[in-house]
Amino acid sequence: MTETRTAGTSTASGSVPAIRLRKLTKVFGDTVAVDGIDLDIRQGEFFSMLGPSGSGKTTVLRLIAGFELPTSGSIELEGRDVTRLAPFQRDVNTVFQDYALFPHMSLVDNVAYGLRVRGVPRAERRERAREALERVQLGKFVGRKPAQLSGGQRQRVALARALVVEPKVLLLDEPLGALDLKLRQQMQVELKELQRSLGITFIFVTHDQEEALTMSDRIGVFNNGSLEQIGTAHEIYERPAGTFVANFVGTSNIFDAAHARQLYGRADPVCVRPERLRLSWSGAPETGVGVTARPGTVTSLVYVGHATQVRVQLDDGPVVVVLEPDSLPGSDVELLGRRVSVSWDDDAVVWLPSDVA
Amino acid sequence: MALQTQHPAPGSPPAAGVPRARPNRFSALLHRSPGLRLAGLITAPAGWLVLVYIAALAALLITSLWTVDTFTGKVSTVWTTDNLVTVVTDPVYQRIALRTLWIAAAVTVIDMVIALPMAFFIAKVASARWQKLLVIAVLMPLWASYLVKAYAWRNVLAEGGLLEWMGAPVGLASPGYSETAVILTLSYIWLPYMILPIYAGFDRVPDSLLEASGDLGAKPLATMRLVMLPLLVPSIIAGTIFTFSLSLGDYITAQIVGGTTQMLGTVVYANVGAANNLPLAAAVSLVPIVIIMAYLFIVRRSGALNNL
Repeated sequence: MTETRTAGTSTASGSVPAIRLRKLTKVFGDTVAVDGIDLDIRQGEFFSMLGPSGSGKTTVLRLIAGFELPTSGSIELEGRDVTRLAPFQRDVNTVFQDYALFPHMSLVDNVAYGLRVRGVPRAERRERAREALERVQLGKFVGRKPAQLSGGQRQRVALARALVVEPKVLLLDEPLGALDLKLRQQMQVELKELQRSLGITFIFVTHDQEEALTMSDRIGVFNNGSLEQIGTAHEIYERPAGTFVANFVGTSNIFDAAHARQLYGRADPVCVRPERLRLSWSGAPETGVGVTARPGTVTSLVYVGHATQVRVQLDDGPVVVVLEPDSLPGSDVELLGRRVSVSWDDDAVVWLPSDVA
Repeated sequence: MALQTQHPAPGSPPAAGVPRARPNRFSALLHRSPGLRLAGLITAPAGWLVLVYIAALAALLITSLWTVDTFTGKVSTVWTTDNLVTVVTDPVYQRIALRTLWIAAAVTVIDMVIALPMAFFIAKVASARWQKLLVIAVLMPLWASYLVKAYAWRNVLAEGGLLEWMGAPVGLASPGYSETAVILTLSYIWLPYMILPIYAGFDRVPDSLLEASGDLGAKPLATMRLVMLPLLVPSIIAGTIFTFSLSLGDYITAQIVGGTTQMLGTVVYANVGAANNLPLAAAVSLVPIVIIMAYLFIVRRSGALNNL
């Protein structure tokens, strides 16, 4: 397991990644949950693992935490091999999806737990726990039991409990999943600020692509136990590396190889984001250099607040979604079935590798 | 906020497709009056409780305040506290009460020590399939008659029995028919009643709590002591209520494997039968009842009674 260590990891200490995964594989029975992942997560980075449920992202997190042992491959924490170490031997801490607060302990005892099992004297650990609770605005509630808190408050306690032991890497397993939208957005901002001020590496598991896009320095997109793409939010959104990423992150209009050949004479699938498409309600095709226009029929209209999603069945192609920011030139009934022209700039188009399609 | 227009469903279903519920006056009446509903539900069980259970206990208490005519051997309804005084002050009964208490406590502790790791294994280590099989295996002895199990232990403990045969090479003798034998046999018989509530308790503790404890730096023993045990206390107490009270009232095992060992139960049995002193038997049987009530009172606040 340790033999796969890449040469030169222990030399330049400044560039040692916080987490280095090499050929990491985990098999449960006859399902391969994690399929040979190679990944370097930089120190001080906010890294998101994004993917649908069952894509292996949570398993990778649990392997890093030490709750599961890998079938093969290695895990390094700041250059040190931790592949076979028990969770209590690793300098990483986890914020659990269900928060996993100890129900029989008060908040201050919950937060002080990590210090207690490390042998920090009672007075000191309680003081530090109180400070940690203060930092997450729960200073008033130190004596309460977890059951007396709301979901958002429990979330903060879990965060304080994990951070009070000063881990090198903080693992967050869909921690915002149980919160309502407003609170979730607020916590996203707070988490990001906390990470920036502490300088600790955060590894954040989520299936919510918007959450990953707004918070992360880099994102790893998981599918079927493998990494489909690693990159910044901008790269992932603007230059998806395959049909899976294009579909999973945001909405994409994908033209398969056959349609792409009709359009551009190249037999690779191609994708365009809905906000890059323009509609001509009159049906008159937009003309110009580097602009492609295709006729189609409106099949549905969905009002989403800041814009309207218009679905258009192209005469010679797939159904595409157009995000129309302006007010519509008529009622739904009038517009349904109308002949329109959809156009886009050719440089808004992303070519996808054909083997994935 | 879909503004999609509803397309008229092609070939809409016939209007009278689903039959309506038939009117029922009685159900409607019950629906309107919660009091009637409640009365219908609890009259029978409450009647049973008062008549069969509380009345029987009261009869027991009353009987213990009567006496036996030494000449005719019949119960005479003359009020006296002699029986109660005898039971409390006579050194013989005191010794028997203490011995019974000791046996029940020993059985409870032994079962607790065996049940904790077993329940932990079933709830947290075994796979889902094994979990079911092991729970059935734990329950299986309860399908066999109590008497059969006690007599089986009589054979095991007998001279030249299994225990002696196994113990001889390592220099251990069988305890024979004795107090130790009673403790061994009762521990065996009541063990499932300790395992099941503790297993349920372990099962209720989410795995993530144990993971969180390890994640925060606790070694397995610290996790056990600081997280598992405090959460399990109610379940353990629930188990002890079973093993303790069942052992406290036992008289069959004591007779089969106890040799000359007297327990409160055997005294009751002897007084009802051979000695023909029902009032004294009633007075003796009040002792375990008082002990168990005291125990229940102590543990009531632990929340264990919610786990039975």
